[in-house]
Amino acid sequence: MSREPQQTPVSRGRPVADPPADLTPTPGQTIGPFYGYALPYEGGERLVDRADPRAVRLHGTVYDGAGDPVPDCLLEIWQPDEHGRVPREPGSLLRDGYTFTGFGRAPADRAGHYDFTTLEPGATAPGRAPYLLLTVFARGLLDRLFTRIYLPEDAVALAADPVLSGLPEQRRSTLVAEREPSGALRFDVRLQGEDETVFLTYPGQSSYGFGR
Amino acid sequence: MSSTTETFEDRHREHDAVPATPPPGLPADPAASSDAAADSQSQLSEEMERIQRGYEASGEREHGPRLDYAPYRSSVLRHPTKDPHHVDPELIELSSPAFGHRDVGDLESDLTIQSGGEPIGERIKVRGRILDSAGRPVRGQLVEVWQANAAGRYIHKRDQHPAPIDPNFTGVGRCLTGQDGSYEFTTIKPGPYPWKNHRNAWRPAHIHFSLFGTDFTQRLITQMYFPGDPLFSLDPIYRSIVDDQARRRLVAEYDHEVSEHEWLLGYRWDIVLGGSNRTWTEPEEDER
Repeated sequence: MSREPQQTPVSRGRPVADPPADLTPTPGQTIGPFYGYALPYEGGERLVDRADPRAVRLHGTVYDGAGDPVPDCLLEIWQPDEHGRVPREPGSLLRDGYTFTGFGRAPADRAGHYDFTTLEPGATAPGRAPYLLLTVFARGLLDRLFTRIYLPEDAVALAADPVLSGLPEQRRSTLVAEREPSGALRFDVRLQGEDETVFLTYPGQSSYGFGR
Repeated sequence: MSSTTETFEDRHREHDAVPATPPPGLPADPAASSDAAADSQSQLSEEMERIQRGYEASGEREHGPRLDYAPYRSSVLRHPTKDPHHVDPELIELSSPAFGHRDVGDLESDLTIQSGGEPIGERIKVRGRILDSAGRPVRGQLVEVWQANAAGRYIHKRDQHPAPIDPNFTGVGRCLTGQDGSYEFTTIKPGPYPWKNHRNAWRPAHIHFSLFGTDFTQRLITQMYFPGDPLFSLDPIYRSIVDDQARRRLVAEYDHEVSEHEWLLGYRWDIVLGGSNRTWTEPEEDER
């Protein structure tokens, strides 16, 4: 798939004229307990209207290492549209009700449960397994965690996926959403423990994503 | 935010505070239990020193916080224990949501003018640039901040610190970065505040920052601190970054060039978002 030129945001080829001497990445810190009046916003969890015929519910619960729900966490998703196109449009913070921006933000409720209304992501290239990106922030979690939420249906594409195929069978399933009879996608996050969710780290982060 | 309704704020103010006592129907958070809170600062400091010595003896260099950092009690059950899985980013990971002037109003970067009157405290400006690790500016991207007021109190129903709420200060701001990656907030210097990690626990004064890069994998939430804070060595959140040079990257510098005559004091804090993984194969004709 060819990449279209991006309008915003961009960081084009050249560095700033007077970069700081130290370009080591700035460390993360916990989101803390008091983000609730700052980061969640009206419509954050509703990437499309519930009445949209394409709308799907994506929901789940975040659990800690004792199996208890984590009520003070914030989740963000970023995803392509149903055709696998990466959205370029602004407007995630003040939705117009028509434009799919691909970004959503939802705080968990008192029972550690989160809920998004969104589109099912399409494959970004033919034959690839479609997925959404999920980022988890929580009080008690000292840096963000990245993971992917795969759609469960396309067994062939899932088996061929380079990320999933690099994981043991039991771990792999933590990245695949469950399709509920209602059509909703269910994806629980386990921060710690036997069936801990697989979290991801990317080049340039080495193991930085986990702090080391 | 002006776009939120009362119902919405009510819903989200309640559930995310420090659960000193857990909400009905929820298990106790060991981090906030009375046992944890009974630890003294000296016990905590001893634990932190032990970890610090171990790090220094290891000869390794760490740049980020440890997720497994027991002195921060709430982390005990909330850090992953398995190694992260290394992934080559794909198209969606090499992109980031776009935010624009529909999303963020120009006045939202001034936290001192959001209500009818002047907030109380020391007026400051925080200015800096968001760059990637190649020194390229992150342009037109969203920066969000939140903080306590001058007395160390968040406008939060369950912030129980008996310090005054400032009716003229919400402590929430947003802006979009400029073409050179620059951001700027005018605000009030936040106060330190007590928390329940252990007995007589106090957080150093800080401003929370939420940042997006050009790649979604650069997403960062962190805290900016103020130079010379006497609470640094006592704070397990700051010290979860065990490398001293690395944690100093979270401390802003006082910058007299940013200060304004008879108006405010200025701080400078540049933020580097871990390597953009993009390869710039497309023509750069639109480079400005």
